[in-house]
Amino acid sequence: MPTRASTLVIGALSAVMMSYTALALIPGFQLSTVEATPERIEYTAAQARGRLVYQREGCLYCHTQQVRAEGFGVDQARGWGSRGSLPGDYVYDDPPLLGSMRTGQDLHDIGHRVPSLEWHLTHLYQPRALVAGSLMPAYPYLFEVRDPADVLPSEVTVALPRQYQPGDGKVVVATRDALDLVAYLQSLRVSPVLQADGGTAPTVN
Amino acid sequence: MNHPIQPPAVLTGLPPKSPGIPGYAWRQEVDRSTRLPVLTFTASAIAWLLIGSAIALLAAFKLDFPDWLAGQAALTFGRVRPAHLHATIYGWISMAGVGIMVWLWARLLKTPLRGQWLVLTAAVLWNTGLLVGVTAILAGGSTGVEWLEMPLTAFLFIVAALLLVAIAMVWTLIHHRVEHFYISVWYLGAGMLWMPFLLLVVLLAPQKGLAQATANWWFAHNVVGLWLTPVGLATAYYLIPRITGKPIYSYNLAYLGFWTLALFFGWTGVHHLAGGPLPQWLEAVSIAFSFMMIIPVVAVAVNFHKTMTGSFNRLKDSVALRFVVFGAVSYTVVGLIGAVQSFRVYQEVVHFTQHTVAHAHLGVYAFASMIAFGALYHVVPRLTGRDWESSRLVNLHFWVAAGGITIQWAALTIAGFTQGLQLLDPVIPFVEIARSLKPWLLVRSITGVFLTAGHFVFAWLLYRNVRPSSAVRTRMNSTAAQEAGFDVSATIAQRSA
Repeated sequence: MPTRASTLVIGALSAVMMSYTALALIPGFQLSTVEATPERIEYTAAQARGRLVYQREGCLYCHTQQVRAEGFGVDQARGWGSRGSLPGDYVYDDPPLLGSMRTGQDLHDIGHRVPSLEWHLTHLYQPRALVAGSLMPAYPYLFEVRDPADVLPSEVTVALPRQYQPGDGKVVVATRDALDLVAYLQSLRVSPVLQADGGTAPTVN
Repeated sequence: MNHPIQPPAVLTGLPPKSPGIPGYAWRQEVDRSTRLPVLTFTASAIAWLLIGSAIALLAAFKLDFPDWLAGQAALTFGRVRPAHLHATIYGWISMAGVGIMVWLWARLLKTPLRGQWLVLTAAVLWNTGLLVGVTAILAGGSTGVEWLEMPLTAFLFIVAALLLVAIAMVWTLIHHRVEHFYISVWYLGAGMLWMPFLLLVVLLAPQKGLAQATANWWFAHNVVGLWLTPVGLATAYYLIPRITGKPIYSYNLAYLGFWTLALFFGWTGVHHLAGGPLPQWLEAVSIAFSFMMIIPVVAVAVNFHKTMTGSFNRLKDSVALRFVVFGAVSYTVVGLIGAVQSFRVYQEVVHFTQHTVAHAHLGVYAFASMIAFGALYHVVPRLTGRDWESSRLVNLHFWVAAGGITIQWAALTIAGFTQGLQLLDPVIPFVEIARSLKPWLLVRSITGVFLTAGHFVFAWLLYRNVRPSSAVRTRMNSTAAQEAGFDVSATIAQRSA
């Protein structure tokens, strides 16, 4: 018995440790020295909170955050980024929310593409108010419906087409979660990278 | 044992008769020892199947009707989707796998299960961890890491459970009464070693930054290939010869299939990040190993097909065999598609599309789950001493499951190609792509309803088998088969004839 069983144990363990080394340890080592791309800085408190909202609501199951390089798909032709995403774009992302499904658009450069706070708030409250036929869920629980008299000057109300307004003269007010989430989305920008000769590289392979 | 273990001179699919252990008596002894642990894991698995199916329908219909129940945070698609994955992967198929594995282990080693209480404790820990974890996801506590969305604590319960089962299995192995370890024992032993390893390294030694993504997909893909696959193949390697009465076509091919799976599969996971912001060598390696997976997939396919040759008529009377063969064929299909799918020309079209959902369900449902259904239809009567109450319902389950998953896979694959080709045309507005998905997503939801109905049928049949009405109990207890101590046949038609 020891002969056969130990062959199995040693063989199976070695096999899995080899692939673990190749796909987890070596990339960890190789990518540990990557520096953040220009304009990538630590998230502000609001953006970090917003990132947690993104994570908790599972936005990554429909949205990716990886602009593909030229020649593999047409992400850049779609206006989803001026260059392919690079490892340096994810240095402050723990965990990186790369996503794996594009039921919705790629969002890695959404901060450039749609910078408007107002647009995002309306879209989060009711996506179909802005994009007819959208499959995206609505997030009314990130908002509060209130009497206009109860809205503080510092708070943000959501602009809505008449048919999506709550009625009874009430307004929709963004909660802190909604504002933080938009702050995070606005921070998602893929900026050009400087090359050694001073030129900017839209794409680095 | 006081002599070295050698494989028998003539390798056949069936283990040699063990010296000095008379007739079928040892089977009853072994089945008595595995009865409670296996039935506990089976019942847990089916409960999670029902929960996971309900959550799946919720998720599916939310994509068809996005404003449905939109006010409930716990039911939003982004929370329900990972909850579904955990309930079905770590719940249904993993727990069913453990139940089947424990039964096979004791039977193939021809010795009663040792450490039954370890396995029972494991079931309690596992259910607790999963319940806490799935609830946490719905409550907004997702970690944001795909396939690992439950909080760490929940996973540690499951790891502890796996280790307890592993201890029981090693303990049982020490007391084996066979001269040769059949190929299924290899697959099961390896799977039992791999799964805790995967969880432990990815949870307790996480990588930073982008390497976290590569480690993540190494893990997630290996759950399918180094845990679900070995258990599924071990089951098929046992049940196909067992029900047809024929030995495996080529034992050497079986060994080849095992070792190439072990050596190649682990390197394929990064194909989930095809085209992503990774060092090129990682993608190249994953593509190469994904293609090399053709070797174990074909080895297994040849073995099963050649073993079945001349016995395909048995599919008519044995529903258990039907489930297992459907699963085995699905393994071939998902394996071959997977091997070529990682190539850039294919990935460029289907990456990020419904094709991935189709492929995932082809693997975990059409392959792993169908084999699990077949195995449970075979195993449970042997533990309870009672046959299934209604052959018609068993058949219904099969056809609903087989038909449902085939249509779902086909619809989502077509949807994936359509979606992918549209994504590649920058002129097509994105909202158009989402709109053209709608009919396919509706097909997905409807087939999901059929699959779920099948699950309820299965759960009902299991309930009736474990706790039949007193009238049924009397009828079954008086059969000659029971009195002879003969183990109950899985051929329903013969029984009702």
